[in-house]
Amino acid sequence: MCTFARNLEQGIFKLFIMTLNTLRAVLFLVFSVAVTNFGFASQDNEDQDKGFNAKEMIMHHVKDAHEFHIVDWDNKPISIPLPVILFTDNGLTTFMSSEFHHDDSGSTIVEKNGERFVKYHEKIYQLESGVDTLTFDEELHPTNAKLPLDFSITKNVFMMWVSVLVILLIFISAARKYKKSNNFMPKGVASFVEPLVVFIRDEVAIPMIGEKKYRKYMPFLLSVFFFIWVNNIFGLIPILNGANVSGNIAFTVSLALFTFIITIFSGNKNYWKHIFWMPGVPVPMKIFLMPIEIVGMFVKPISLTIRLFANITAGHIIILSLMSLIFIFESVAIAPVSVGFSLFILIIEIVVTAIQAYIFTVLSALYIGTATEEEHH
Amino acid sequence: MDLITPGLGLVFWSVITFLILLLVLKKFAWKPILGAVDERETGIKNALEAADKARKEMENLKADNERILNEARAEREAMLKDARDIKNKMVSDAKEEAQQQATKMIAQAQEAIENEKRSAMAELKSHVASLSIEIAEKVVRQELGNKDKQLELVESMLSDAKLN
Repeated sequence: MCTFARNLEQGIFKLFIMTLNTLRAVLFLVFSVAVTNFGFASQDNEDQDKGFNAKEMIMHHVKDAHEFHIVDWDNKPISIPLPVILFTDNGLTTFMSSEFHHDDSGSTIVEKNGERFVKYHEKIYQLESGVDTLTFDEELHPTNAKLPLDFSITKNVFMMWVSVLVILLIFISAARKYKKSNNFMPKGVASFVEPLVVFIRDEVAIPMIGEKKYRKYMPFLLSVFFFIWVNNIFGLIPILNGANVSGNIAFTVSLALFTFIITIFSGNKNYWKHIFWMPGVPVPMKIFLMPIEIVGMFVKPISLTIRLFANITAGHIIILSLMSLIFIFESVAIAPVSVGFSLFILIIEIVVTAIQAYIFTVLSALYIGTATEEEHH
Repeated sequence: MDLITPGLGLVFWSVITFLILLLVLKKFAWKPILGAVDERETGIKNALEAADKARKEMENLKADNERILNEARAEREAMLKDARDIKNKMVSDAKEEAQQQATKMIAQAQEAIENEKRSAMAELKSHVASLSIEIAEKVVRQELGNKDKQLELVESMLSDAKLN
């Protein structure tokens, strides 16, 4: 009876997520088509009247940047400069991003140690010697400059560190509360944190990995859950909206990499046997299944990467697209519709922040669970 | 295309940041929090078990009390019964003894009466005999005052003897 209720609950939850995702997908499709069309339409006019370009605006907000742009005031951008760290053929080069003077078209040249750099579409290029301006091929790729290894503290890295500070503040102070209380009762922030921690333990780690082995993986699961969740939430706060950390594929791929490595290293004999020599099926089938299983091993973290990246980025693009409608139609009359719709999406997004963090954690736990599962035939 | 190509720099910083976050949180947050939660849960479990045990003990105690009470009651019953029996026996014994005593006394009394009677009879007999002899003496004295009567008697006696 208990398991039935649990299954039902999970079923309803899954249905709920599926409905949400379908809704999001449909909306995303509709608006992205609309915006792309308008975007192209306005792009054609761009040369003449410098009109509003929704696609550029959205991409600018969704992608990473070398400076933390807050607001344009009196036609001058106000932004926090961030350090640029480059590895060129001659070694390490560092300078502040303010040296580009907010230029993103590749016209301002920064000269360091005899090397000259320009920033074009949020990428830093090293100009070849003797060249003063970038030249482009037909697809608008610079032809006379090369990309150095870029380890800059970008907007996303900066926001990621802010989120780390917030996480540490919350959880270390929560842990302190337990030390202070003499009977291990949660107090203050701990009483908010504890249900979440217990939720991850009882609903994610124990069902997916099992009572015996879950303990070892709890720190990873908890850290990854809260890291993703907090970054998702930060992505929704308008002033910080410029930083789309969990909607950046580099961020999601890094976390999926952790899951992948943990899965590989905690895989037991049983797990590897299921990948390379599937027990219980005839030999031709074993040979047939082996490449599928090996591909599956890599598809799992890739699906984790893309799911989180696509969901968060899609949400941002929808909200920004809805807002762009006001500027595309150049009419205040459309504003209530835009604001209403984006408010609706924003509320869904708030739910999605938690759901995506939860899904990433559940699937990570599931992959670890299959890797550590004991033989049972 | 930029959107779906992971930038090396951000991957590098993400990995480093997450690794540090993981290690710091593991040591300073998850360990104390999970430890405290575990500790409390085992505490609650133990307390519940102890309460359960106490309840069981209580029940045992209650059952024991009941049993002891029942035993005491039964013992009291038995004692009362014994006492009653003893009383009855004593009473019946006493009665019997009294009966015996009475019978004996009656017998003795009867014997005594008999003896008395007998001795009285004997005395009476001797009295009667002596009286008879006295009377007989007086009679004989009167009867045998003359010689004829003496001879007549001797005659009759002799005739009796002859007949035998």
